[in-house]
Amino acid sequence: MDWFKRKKESLKAADKKELPDGLWEKCENCGEIIYKKELEKKYYVCPKCDHHFRIGYEVYVSLLFDKDTFTEFNANILSADPLNFKDVKKYSDKYKATVKKTGLKEAVVTGSAKIDGREVVAALMDFRFLGGSMGSVVGEKISRAVDKALELKAPLIILSSSGGARMHEGIFSLMQMAKTSAKLARLDKAGIPYISILTNPTTGGTTASYAMLGDIHIAEPKALIGFAGPRVIKQTIGQDLPKGFQRSEFVQEHGFIDIIAHRHELKTKISKLLEFFAHKN
Amino acid sequence: MREYAKTTGIELDDDINRLEKKAKQLRQEIFSKLDRWQRVQLARHPQRPYTMDYINGMCSYFEELHGDRYFADDPAIIAGFGMIDEYSVILIGQQKGRDTKSKLYRNFGMPNPEGYRKALRIMELGAKFNKPVITLIDTPGAYPGLGAEERGQAEAIAYNLFAMSHLPVPIINVVIGEGASGGALGIGVGDRILMMENGWYSVISPEGCAAILWRDAANASLAAEAMKVTAEDLKELKIIDEVLKEPEGGAHYNHAEAIKAVKEAILRHLKELLKIPVERLIDQRIDKFSKMGAWIE
Ligand SMILES: [Zn+2]
Repeated sequence: MDWFKRKKESLKAADKKELPDGLWEKCENCGEIIYKKELEKKYYVCPKCDHHFRIGYEVYVSLLFDKDTFTEFNANILSADPLNFKDVKKYSDKYKATVKKTGLKEAVVTGSAKIDGREVVAALMDFRFLGGSMGSVVGEKISRAVDKALELKAPLIILSSSGGARMHEGIFSLMQMAKTSAKLARLDKAGIPYISILTNPTTGGTTASYAMLGDIHIAEPKALIGFAGPRVIKQTIGQDLPKGFQRSEFVQEHGFIDIIAHRHELKTKISKLLEFFAHKN
Repeated sequence: MREYAKTTGIELDDDINRLEKKAKQLRQEIFSKLDRWQRVQLARHPQRPYTMDYINGMCSYFEELHGDRYFADDPAIIAGFGMIDEYSVILIGQQKGRDTKSKLYRNFGMPNPEGYRKALRIMELGAKFNKPVITLIDTPGAYPGLGAEERGQAEAIAYNLFAMSHLPVPIINVVIGEGASGGALGIGVGDRILMMENGWYSVISPEGCAAILWRDAANASLAAEAMKVTAEDLKELKIIDEVLKEPEGGAHYNHAEAIKAVKEAILRHLKELLKIPVERLIDQRIDKFSKMGAWIE
């Protein structure tokens, strides 16, 4: 729900533009100037400090899945703007502008793919689309992905990158939490594995539903993972937050993350887990 | 005036009746024209009946059960066994306080993870002995605190949604006051969702929404309008099953009448739900939530 605050970070995009020809990128964490081709090759992990840049779904497609095996489904589901919502702008206008700007149709892309030859169903959230916020379409696409996993008896992978529920769809957004969780319970009863990958950030209603319901929780290093946003908590308790609060390592220490995986070892880890799940004694 | 008439013996009955009728008419007019933000304020009225008021009013027997058996007992959520007429049920609800001391004790009705875990523990205990579950929703949200995050507020809520979707007994949710976000939904998955006429229920509080989208919490009334948070709205949007009429002037004017309305509705739905075989009940519950949403394709 806090995706609006991310405005600050998009200002940093202006820094990038100052670098000549867009050939170089500056690390948000250590300030290192990195050759863009190099950064791409490293799946946007800083070669100097290991900072994991936030990346779009298509990078995860190339990172996680065997070449050319990802087949998207339910690509053309769009928000119906059920509340005819308007704040300072109309939601429908903001939505259209976001589609145009990002080339994405919603905050999640779903499909089937292979990981080292093993079939999986995947839902990859994308923060670029309205802060990865979860509205009716995200809920519906994820629900259908669960149905698909049930149909194919294939493991499900959901990668979260989301500020939480989408306020512009009010109660409908809230109910996507119940909807996706109920579907995942069905998958659970069927004994089909579900791996939840949590990336920076995973907060609000996304965390309080599918992101925290995996058989396995894998987080990227130093990702912000929590229910309430840090600013809200700080306001509530009236004091500064401890260092590392709500970061992957902190959340693991408190018992909610199974594995913290460096982006470069994500695929191998998942592949091994799938192999283990499938192994018959 | 009526008292005065009685003691002096002066005949004022006609005047009194006329004035009372006029007052009633005015109240009805005012209440039919309330905007959404005014409804939110009614839902927060400090004299409104709270969870324990409903429980005491509806139940001939109630035993509160405490603790999540992992960490603590959360006073922001009440859970226990109760008898409503001839039905033995589980009752769960967020509890607000009335004076400063009890408000603090109840954490203003904002549960911590152990509250959600206690709620589920008692629901599952109920399921084991075939007791239907009634949840009474009245919270400004799950508590956004350090400890709450450390102990997995998100996981606690998520797991309740997951488990409640398959709980093998009827579940009736009643929004009696405020239904704020995941903090409300954490005990809000069921076969029937009922809502008091002056309750509100949405993904975030109007103030929270205004602070983010309008960058000013003072625009809460605009946010309440935009998010369509009232019982009437949610009935129209096909999210809730029934709007429960409140006494004239709001539930705080007449606790007994409000409690009676809630009890009547609970019993009516309970009788229907108890006839449905449990497998079908669960399928219907999942379908109910699966249909929620609006998209174009
Ligand atoms: Zn760096």
